[in-house]
Amino acid sequence: MSHKLYLYPKWIRVWHVLNALLFLVLIITGISMQYTDKETNSFIIEFDWAIALHNFAALVITINYMIFVIGNVMTKNGKHYMINWRTIWKDLLVQFKFYAFGMFKGEKHPFPITEENKFNPLQKFAYVFAMYAGFPVLIITGLGLLFPEINIKGLFGVSGLLMTDILHITVGFFLSIFLVIHLYTCTLGSKPTTLFKGMITGYHESDEH
Amino acid sequence: MYFKIFRTTILMVLVSFMLASISFAFKPKKEEWRPADTTNFVSKFYKENEGCFKCHGEKFYEYINEAQGTTIRHNMYIERFINRDLFYKSNHKNFKCTDCHSEEYMKFPHAGELRMESMYGCLDCHGNDEKYAKYHFEEIDAEYQQSTHFQMEKEGFTCWKCHNPHTYQISIRNTENLTKTIAYDNSICLNCHSDFDRFQLLSDKKEINIIKKHEWLPNQTAHFQSVRCIECHSKANDSILVNHLLMPKDSAVRKCNECHSQNSILMASLYKFKSKEQRKDGFFNGVILNESYVIGANRNEYLNSFSLLILFGVIGIIGVHVFFRIIKVNHKEDES
Repeated sequence: MSHKLYLYPKWIRVWHVLNALLFLVLIITGISMQYTDKETNSFIIEFDWAIALHNFAALVITINYMIFVIGNVMTKNGKHYMINWRTIWKDLLVQFKFYAFGMFKGEKHPFPITEENKFNPLQKFAYVFAMYAGFPVLIITGLGLLFPEINIKGLFGVSGLLMTDILHITVGFFLSIFLVIHLYTCTLGSKPTTLFKGMITGYHESDEH
Repeated sequence: MYFKIFRTTILMVLVSFMLASISFAFKPKKEEWRPADTTNFVSKFYKENEGCFKCHGEKFYEYINEAQGTTIRHNMYIERFINRDLFYKSNHKNFKCTDCHSEEYMKFPHAGELRMESMYGCLDCHGNDEKYAKYHFEEIDAEYQQSTHFQMEKEGFTCWKCHNPHTYQISIRNTENLTKTIAYDNSICLNCHSDFDRFQLLSDKKEINIIKKHEWLPNQTAHFQSVRCIECHSKANDSILVNHLLMPKDSAVRKCNECHSQNSILMASLYKFKSKEQRKDGFFNGVILNESYVIGANRNEYLNSFSLLILFGVIGIIGVHVFFRIIKVNHKEDES
């Protein structure tokens, strides 16, 4: 028997959709800039357009990120990002074992979703690192590239601008990998579309309770 | 327990990695890459040259008018002033003045007709000489002959309009400081293109305003400090040290991706020597910087391979996971 939980209030859903769309724009324009050729001037989209779109999407996603942080501070949603460092490594292993073997043996979710525990330990760990470590680095290094004069001149013989850029694309790459895994794990609900539906309606549906 | 050991090991590896990189980064630079110390250079022609520098090395000069018995002081005409310090740092520091100028100049006051003496060009000394073959002077001259400078002002333009023989330093191949090289090379262009008086010697244009003309360029200051004028205003030639085919302004590079791309034109000009040699220093440099240029060509083969490995690894794991999910679903259907 399935049961429903209202887990995603409207502001989170709007933030999430906007964040996803903007992040996709940033990935596509980022890859386009990275691989634009000298002769063709275009990889996925024209280089000048890629820059303009990337800058615009980056600015909006930064504002959106601030809304996310402020929202988490102002509402109870923030508590879902509190990691219990005493048990996290053990919990991660349990959750990992479930995804790797348990779910194929028909085992129940080791950390069933409740109003208090919206995320399982792997989700929590990934989301905290993505949103509170990855995103700020991406935003700060992005600002460093937008305003090159604010960068440090150099570190260990390497240009500060280049270090900023390498950091920006590396973190961008890992967050893109995060997106791929995130999208896949979202198909692991009762049906492959259940969790996607939940992010639209706000209700999490599950066969277990 | 195992996680503590795992965490400690990872931490130790990271710390060792950082210490190793710092130690590499602070490793003294190789001797051969140190620029020659010219502060203690003493020319073997110092005494002879000092006879010229006594007037031409000062902002003013004086002589005794024997007929009147008075001492005359005059400002040295700026075009005839030679900076002694810069001369002894320049590529021609080993010369005595009369190697290039007439011996007649040893007499004072100088004879008026000496002003008409023909000046040497670069190829008069450096042309068809095996010792200088590596600098490709003939190719440079061929490019210069096609350049917009020469085409617009065949009579007035010479090598010396850009490269003052008394101060010229070959600066790019052994440089440790690319920023200084860029500033030095750009100052050669700005010497005329930001000085209306000098500019008018060769042009009838009514104004020059470099800042205004480059208003379209994003982060103009950063660009001016990071690249040389010739990067955009000349045709790249991989076989010579510095491009000399200056193009008309309408042919200048305006598309961002010509520099900000994997096969950036800067790799054929500004970075062609620096990128290969200076980047050997330090631990990260070789790994991170080869074929690197901010926005576009910051890829390098190691990071590329590593990221592809991660991407395909993730896709592979997801594929295996999907495979087992399909098997599970089929198994369930068979059971029911």
